[in-house]
Amino acid sequence: MTETFYEVMRRQGITRRSFLKYCSLTAAALGLGPSFVPKIAHAMETKPRIPILWLHGLECTCCSESFIRSAHPLAKDVILSMVSLDYDDTLMAAAGHQAEAIISETIDKYDGNFILAVEGNPPLNQEGMSCIIAGKPFNEQLMHVAKHCKAIISWGSCASYGCVQAAAPNPTGATPIHKVINDKPIIKVPGCPPIAEVMTAVVTYILTFERFPELDRQGRPKMFYSQRIHDKCYRRPHFDAGQFVETWDDEAARKGYCLYKMGCKGPTTYNACSTIRWNEGTSFPIQAGHGCIGCSEDGFWDKGSWYARLTDIKQFGVESNADKVGGTAAAVVGAATAAHMAASAVKRAKQKGE
Amino acid sequence: MSVTTTPNGYDLDTSGQRVVIDPVTRIEGHMRCEVNIDENNVIRNAVSTGTMWRGLEVILKGRDPRDAWAFVERICGVCTGCHALTSVRAVEDALGIQIPPNAHLIREMMAKTLQVHDHVVHFYHLHALDWVNPVNALKADPKATSTLQQMVSPAHPKSSPGYFRDIQTRIRKFVESGQLGPFKNGYWDNPAYKLPPEADLMAVAHYLEALDLQKEFVKLHTVFGGKNPHPNYLVGGVPCAINMDGDMSAGAPLNMERLNFVKARIDEMVEFNKNVYVPDVIAIASFYKEQLWGGGHGAINVMDYGAYPKVNYDKSTDQLPGGVILNGNWDEVFPIDPRDPEQVQEFVTHSWYSYPDESKGLHPWDGITEPNYELGAKTKGSSTNIEEIDESAKYSWIKSPRWRGHAVEVGPLSRYTLAYAQGVEYVQEQTNRALGAFNQLAGTNLDAKTALNSTIGRTLARALESEYCADMMVDDWHALMNNIKNGDTATANMDKWDPSTWPKEAKGVGVAAAPRGGLGHWIRIKDGRIENYQCVVPTTWNGSPRDPQGNIGAFEAALMNTPVERPEEPVEILRSLHSFDPCLACSTHVMSEDGEELAKVKVR
Repeated sequence: MTETFYEVMRRQGITRRSFLKYCSLTAAALGLGPSFVPKIAHAMETKPRIPILWLHGLECTCCSESFIRSAHPLAKDVILSMVSLDYDDTLMAAAGHQAEAIISETIDKYDGNFILAVEGNPPLNQEGMSCIIAGKPFNEQLMHVAKHCKAIISWGSCASYGCVQAAAPNPTGATPIHKVINDKPIIKVPGCPPIAEVMTAVVTYILTFERFPELDRQGRPKMFYSQRIHDKCYRRPHFDAGQFVETWDDEAARKGYCLYKMGCKGPTTYNACSTIRWNEGTSFPIQAGHGCIGCSEDGFWDKGSWYARLTDIKQFGVESNADKVGGTAAAVVGAATAAHMAASAVKRAKQKGE
Repeated sequence: MSVTTTPNGYDLDTSGQRVVIDPVTRIEGHMRCEVNIDENNVIRNAVSTGTMWRGLEVILKGRDPRDAWAFVERICGVCTGCHALTSVRAVEDALGIQIPPNAHLIREMMAKTLQVHDHVVHFYHLHALDWVNPVNALKADPKATSTLQQMVSPAHPKSSPGYFRDIQTRIRKFVESGQLGPFKNGYWDNPAYKLPPEADLMAVAHYLEALDLQKEFVKLHTVFGGKNPHPNYLVGGVPCAINMDGDMSAGAPLNMERLNFVKARIDEMVEFNKNVYVPDVIAIASFYKEQLWGGGHGAINVMDYGAYPKVNYDKSTDQLPGGVILNGNWDEVFPIDPRDPEQVQEFVTHSWYSYPDESKGLHPWDGITEPNYELGAKTKGSSTNIEEIDESAKYSWIKSPRWRGHAVEVGPLSRYTLAYAQGVEYVQEQTNRALGAFNQLAGTNLDAKTALNSTIGRTLARALESEYCADMMVDDWHALMNNIKNGDTATANMDKWDPSTWPKEAKGVGVAAAPRGGLGHWIRIKDGRIENYQCVVPTTWNGSPRDPQGNIGAFEAALMNTPVERPEEPVEILRSLHSFDPCLACSTHVMSEDGEELAKVKVR
C-alpha cells in the first residue's frame, strides 16, 4: 500500500488545517497565488512517491550537501514523504551489486516514470574511465538510466555547464548532461551549489504540477533564475549612489557599500541569492562581505578573476551609468551563452513535440 | 603459495574467494574495494581503488593565486571550506602575509564548525547504517527506548515514549509503503547487526534529529562566508568586516546581531555533541564490543601537521599538536615539517600516473604527475569493464603519500593519538571519560591503546574531536568579542594584496586539520601567477595503494584479518572503510608540468 504525503502528515498528528497552511506556504514559496493552494493540497493527498535515481558523476557532492540543508520542506520530509530516493550513492544503505541492482529494479517497475537527477557530469576522455562505477565508465550508467527516465534534473553547475573540472583545459573532458543526452526533457538548476530551498522548491513544483516550471532559453526555471543578483541586492542603493568598497576591510566595507569595484559578479549573475538567500534566508555572499563569484553562470571559472571589475567604468552618478553597466553585463552573458541558446532552442522544440 | 609479507608486517594471501564492492556507497566520490577471504570468511588481502579524478591542479596553472581558494574549495563539497582555508594559508605563506587575529579566530570557528558538521553528518547519515538497522527499530518498545535514552543521555530533552512512538510510526508507514528509498536493498537480516531494537529506534530518531540540526550548524559559515556549502574566503584575512556600533552597522557583514547568531549556533553544536553524538557512539559501540578489528595503522602509525593554535603562527600553542608516531610507540613523537623534501613524498608505482623513476617518491613542491591509466595483465574483464583488478600493477587514481617512506594513517583518530600521547589535558581527560563509560556499558576493561586501534576507536575519536571542536569554538567566540572590546576590529591585511608587491618567484605551504585528516597544499608562484599547485589530501594518505616497497595503506591495513559474517553482504568492510570517512573527490588529483593532454589509456 503506497502512502501519500498527506497521509504521512496526518499520521504524524498534523491537522488538516495545518496541512492546508503548509500548502499555502508552499504556494507562497513558489511565488504562486492562493488559487493554487487546493491544487497543491490535492496533489499531496493523492500521489504515491515518485522514484528518483540520483546519479553522481565527476562532482564534489556539494549539491547533495546543499539539498540536505533545505529548511522548507525539510530534507527528511522530502526523502521520507514526497519522493522515493531509490538510488543515491551518497545516502543509500546498499553498496556494490546490491546498489546497482536497484537501478534495474527501478527501470523494470517504473520504466518511463521516474526522475533522473544528476549531480556532476561524465568525463569523456580516458575512455570515460576517470569516473568508474561498478567497473565501468559512469557515462554508461548515465546513458542507461537516461534512456528509461521520464525527465532529468541537472543539479548544479557541473551537470548544467561542466563547472570546475570543465574549466580550461578540461583535462578529463567533463561534459554537461544536455550535451550527452538530447532526447529527454532536462531542467538545469545551476549554482555551485544551488540554494537548498531552490532545489526542494523545484522538486516540489514538479511533484505538484506534474510538469517542469517554465524554463528560460538556457533551460533554467524562470522562477529562480530570471533576475540578476544585482537587481535585488540590498546594497544596490550604494551602487546607484556611487558608494563603493575600495579595498577589503575599509570603512566602506564596514558600512556595507557596494562590492562592484571588488569584482562582484552580481550584475551578470542570474540566481536567487539576493532574494531567497542562503541557508534558510540567513545571508548571502554579498551580505557577508565578499562579492558574488558568479557560480551559477556557464563557464564562470574562465571569465577572469573574482576580483577583476566587470567593466572599467570610472566613478559615476546614478541611473544612466547603472543602466550602462547593466547593458554591458547583458552583452557579456549573451555572448557566452549564444551556443547554449541555440542548443536549448532545439531541445525545447523537441520537448514541445513530445 | 600466494602469500606475501609486506614490509609493514601484513601477510597478503590472494588464494581465497575474491569479493568486489563497487561502488562503495555512503562516501564522498567514487571508490571500489576488492578483498580475498579465506575458508573461514576472514579477509586475507585487501585492495582499495580510487575510481575518479578531475585534474583540478592542471586547471589552476597560470591563474591568479588569490583566486585559487575557490577552485580548490570545489575539490570537495562535503568537507567544504577546508581546501579554501588551506589554499589561502599556502598563498599567504608564499607571499609572507600575516592575517589579523580576528581573521584567524573567524577562520578557526569556520574550520571547527566544519569539523562538527562533517563529523555529525558522517556518523548519522553515512556511517550509522553500518551499525544501525532501521527495519529492526520497528520491533522496539517506545517506552523501553525512552528509558534507554534517559539512561544514555539524561540531558537530552527528546526522550518521551510518545516521541519515540511517533518516530516508529513514521518509519513503519515508510517501510510498509514498499518504497524503501535510501534503505532499499540494505543487509537488514544480516546477523552482523547487533543492536537491540530500542537502540536501533533511538539511533533512527537521532538520524532524523541530526538531519534537521546539521543545517543549523552551517549557518555559522553563512554569516562569515555568505553561503554553505562553499563559503567565501579571502587571501589576507576574511571578507566579513566588523561594524559593532558605527553608522550602518545593520548592513555590515558582522555586527552584534550577527555575532549573537553565531554564538547561538555554537551553543547548539556544543549541546548536540554532549547530549547526543558522543553518548550515541559510546552506547552503540558497547553493543559491538567483541568487534575490535579494523585497527590497521590506527593509533599505531599516525601523522598530523598539528592544528588549532591559540596564538596564530605559533605551532607550540596548537590545541591538537601534530607529529608522527610509528609502530605504536606513544613515547616518541617525531616532528613533521611539510617543507622538508625528505619527509612527505608521493609515489605512483601502483597509481594511474607515471614518473620517470617510479621507485622514488617526490615532494609536492617538485611533484610531477602524468596520468597513465593502464591495467595489469591479471585484470579480469576489459579496460572499460573491470571485473577483478590486478593489484600487482597500477590499480588506483590515488597516489601513495608516505612520511619518510612509512605508510601512516591520518584523521581524527591520528590527531587524538598524537594529542593523547603529547599530554593534551582536555583530550586525555575526555578520552578516558569516554572509555570509562564504554567499559562500564560493555562490561569490559580496555585501555586507550587497545580500544583506539580499531574501527570503533576511529569512530569514537571522530565524535570526541567533534565535541572538542565545539568547545574550542566557545573560546574562539569569546576571544573575538574580547578583541573587539579592546578596539581591534581589523579583519584583513591588504599590504600585499596588489601583485606588484610580490616577489618574482615564491613558494609556500598551507596545512589544516581537514575532517578526514591532515591536509596540505603546496604552491609555487611565478610572475604573479600559479606555476605549480599540489594538494596532498587525507584520503590520499588513507586510501593509498601499495608503495614501491609493497607497504599497504591505511584502508587496506584496516580491512586485513577482519571476519565477515556473510561475504555476499560485506557490511564489515563498509564499517571499516566508512570509519575513515573516505573522500574520493579529494584524494584524486593531478598536476601535469606542462598542462598538456593528460589522457593516456592502455591495457597491457
